[in-house]
Parts: sequence; structure tokens; C-alpha cells
Amino acid sequence: MHGLINTAIQAFVTSTYGTERWKDVMEHAGLGFTEFEAMLIYPDEQSAKVLVALENVLGRPLADTLEDMGTFLVSNPKAEALRRLLRFGGVTYVEFLHSLDDLPDRARLAVSDLHLPGLELVEQAPGQFDLYCQEGLAGYANVMMGILRAMADDYGDLVILDHAGQREDADVISISLVETQFAEGRVFDLGGRAR
Amino acid sequence: MITQQQLAQLADQVSPMHVIVDADGQILSAGPTLKKLRPDEEWVGQAFFDFFEVSRPRWVHSFQDLLSTAGSKLHMNMRGEPSTGIKGMLAPLPNCGGAFINLSFGISVLEAVQDYDLTSADFAPTDLTIEMLYLVEAKSAAMEASRQLNTRLQGAKIAAEEQAFTDTLTGLKNRRAMDHVLGRLLKSGRDFALMHVDLDFFKQVNDTMGHAAGDAVLQHVAQVMVECTRQTDTTVRVGGDEFVLILDDLTDRKMLRKIAERLIARLEEPIPFEDKLCHISGSAGTSLSTAFEKPDIATMLHQADVALYFAKNAGRAQHFFYSPEMEEEGATGASVSERPKVAE
Repeated sequence: MHGLINTAIQAFVTSTYGTERWKDVMEHAGLGFTEFEAMLIYPDEQSAKVLVALENVLGRPLADTLEDMGTFLVSNPKAEALRRLLRFGGVTYVEFLHSLDDLPDRARLAVSDLHLPGLELVEQAPGQFDLYCQEGLAGYANVMMGILRAMADDYGDLVILDHAGQREDADVISISLVETQFAEGRVFDLGGRAR
Repeated sequence: MITQQQLAQLADQVSPMHVIVDADGQILSAGPTLKKLRPDEEWVGQAFFDFFEVSRPRWVHSFQDLLSTAGSKLHMNMRGEPSTGIKGMLAPLPNCGGAFINLSFGISVLEAVQDYDLTSADFAPTDLTIEMLYLVEAKSAAMEASRQLNTRLQGAKIAAEEQAFTDTLTGLKNRRAMDHVLGRLLKSGRDFALMHVDLDFFKQVNDTMGHAAGDAVLQHVAQVMVECTRQTDTTVRVGGDEFVLILDDLTDRKMLRKIAERLIARLEEPIPFEDKLCHISGSAGTSLSTAFEKPDIATMLHQADVALYFAKNAGRAQHFFYSPEMEEEGATGASVSERPKVAE
């Protein structure tokens, strides 16, 4: 698995629970090291071991932890670069949702060996969407759920998100747009390069 | 036919950075994004050249010149500050003598979005500018992550090299390794000899034939030294062209002299480099642990050094054992490395 994904988990755990907790997780995973490198590729089993260890050490359902991680990736100032890249997807939240179909391709454009499973947005009715998260990355839909929630806050829109189970080998997230411009949202300045 | 006003409205949507000028070069309309570049100016009615300075083609000085560039690429700068670079292309308007000039930021788009606080809405949806900004930012972030990895790997490499015992150029042991070997020898209580070897005429090779030749010579010399000693001996490169041989359990003067003579003879054999031959030699000085009741490494190294210096002064390509009288004849008593090198 790409180091970027592993370091995302590491950054989330370290920021939220502290460095010691992360060391516990890695000790538990038994990989023989504690720090991931963002630009190296790691075997998939290693990431799987980290997720198992994460659930055991934190003592809460992995799905909840991963959703928090999705939120963290958008809302934490340390991950500002990612939030900005997502905001390039559109001027409004709905435009952003439609840009998710291109997300794996966009990711590969930036980092050629970063492969994310496909995403497909289906508009069921105005303001009512289903997002199909293809399989291939454990917990993908959970992380996406957190990202969608945090991005709605970022745009200042009010949405209701729900896991709608599995369809055609994909995890489905249902998205109901309750109100646009519900809150102020965060500024996105095209020229304001993330540091 | 559409009117000029209808054309302007259409153009505002599909190319928000356009200018329409009349036959005199006066601006009839300007796109909404373009107006943001000089928001306090009244664009309509002013001359095109009041806003733009054409830098290429160089011969464009008048509006008539500009009209004759139709269809080719224009390089311009905004007058005043910031003097943003602008690319453009002019297309003549039929029947009226005026022209439609389409503009874009080109490569200066990164500064432009910052300078003028532009948003996605300032670019036509078909314009790839936003995608380009995305790509620049994504690549910068990826590059930054790679750069950090490189820095950490570089640090790790330096740390590993510092801990290493091998001289990377010659494959011989380095000074750090020498301290270890000598420490072990002292503990074992075995007698040993230290032979300090310094190459003669090496500087000339480096100066006249280049560092690549110098490196080749050092590698050849390392091989010769290994061949002239036994497997139980240790060959150390302690400096640029300085070596120390640690001869384990060998203090017989006759044997040591033979080794030194054979070594010097082998060093004097011409060393081929590319299509030339490099000529060097070597001087050597030896100290013996048997001279001490309790050998001390610093003193032994010093004695080998004094003997080496004596050999150099005696005319090079020679070998001497240390004797206390050398200290007086050596005049200064400083070590070879502290003294300026004898001119070669």
C-alpha cells in the first residue's frame, strides 16, 4: 500500500491520540518499525496489521476511527494540502461531489503510483446522491464518509450521510443535501498555496 | 449578423479575458476577468496600448502594427504594477476595421491568481487553468514529500558512512577501523609493527592528470598494499595519500625491511590510466611494539611518522625504522600531517 495512506493513518493517530499511542499501535502490529515514509510503497499485509492493531489498542470500532480519520484529513491544518486539492474539485459542494468520479485519476496525476479504488456518484433526485465506493482498499468507504462530512462543513453546506450497505460489490454512501450555504464555510483562495 | 454588444456579451462568457477594439485601437469592451486586473480603471474608451505593452513581436509599436499580427502569438505586459505577463492573439473583426483580442495569463497564471485574488469563477469552465493550478499544487506537495524523504535518507547515509569501517574509494580500512584493530591488538598482548607509508609524487599525478587519475592510482596502490602483506595484517588509508600497515605478530626487522622494499618497488611500477602512465613512489617509516614495555598507540604512530619523515628527507623511495636520534634530526618534531608537505 502506498506510504501516503500509511502516513495518513500515522498522522491521524499521532495528532489525535499522541505519539505514545502510535508507538503502542506499531508495537502491537509488530512490523519492526514505527514511522512510515510517505513516498515509499509498503506491502498490503503491513497496513492490514496496523488497522487490526489500531482497533485493539484504541478499543473502539475501526469504522468509527476511520471516519474520524477522514474528517481529520480535511479539517486538520497539517493536512491543508489535501483539503485544497479536494476544493479544486468544484466551486460548490455539489460540484465537488461530481468531481469525486475523477478523484482516483486526479490522485494518480499527482502521484503516479497512488491507486485509489473507483468512486461513482449517482444522482437519485435533486439533492439526493449515492456514492459507490469500489472495493480494493479496506475501510475506504469509512474514510470517504468522514471526508464528505468535513467537506460539507468546508463549503458551509448541511448534509445527512448514511451507509446504505453494499451494492454490486461496492460500499454505498447515501448523501442528502439539506441546505446549501447553511453556514459560513471556509475560504478557498486559488492562489493561497498550502504550506 | 450580431451586434458588437451581443458579441461582447457572448465573449464575456466564453472568454472572460478578451478585449474588443475599434479601428483606432480604442477599447469597446473588456471581459470581466480582464477588468479585475485594473479594477479602478474605466476600460471602455481608453486605448489598448494604455493597458498593454507588447514585448514580442518587437516591431509592434502602433495599432496598425498590431492589426498585422493577426493570428500569431503576442507577448505583452500590463502597464503599471503588477506588470503581469499576458499572452494574446488578435483576430480582425469583419467590415469595421476593429479587432477581437483574446488574452490569457500563460505561465504567469500562478502569480496572477495571487495578485488579483482570482477564483474558479473567473475562468471559463472549458479553460484548463484550474486543472493546471491543481496539478502544480499536487505536484509541489508530492515533490515536497519526496524531498523530505531524500533529506532523511541522505542523513541516514551520512550516519551509516560515519559508522562504517571501510574507506569507500579504496576498500581499505579507515582510521576508525584502525583504532579498533589497534585496541584489540593491545589487549591481546601480541607484538606488532606499524608501517606508515606516504606516496611520493602523488600530488603531481593529481595536478597534471586530474582527480580521476589520482583515484585510479589510489585504488591500484590499495591493491598493491594488500598483495604485499599477509591476510592477518590490516591496511588502513588514514588520509589522502597516507597509509598505515598494521603487521600483526611481526617485529622481525629483516622481514619488515623486505616487505617495505618490495612494496616500494611495486609502487614504482608505472600505473596505466587511460592511455597514459602514472609514475609514483612511496616512503615508509616503521615503529615496533617491542620498543615498549607497555605499548602506547599514540606514541607508536608518532614514531612511525617520525621515521617516515626521515625517509622523505633522505630522498624518498626509502624505508626507515624509528630510532630516537631521528627526533633531533627531524628538527621540528611535528608530525608529517601537521607540517606543510615537503615540496615534491
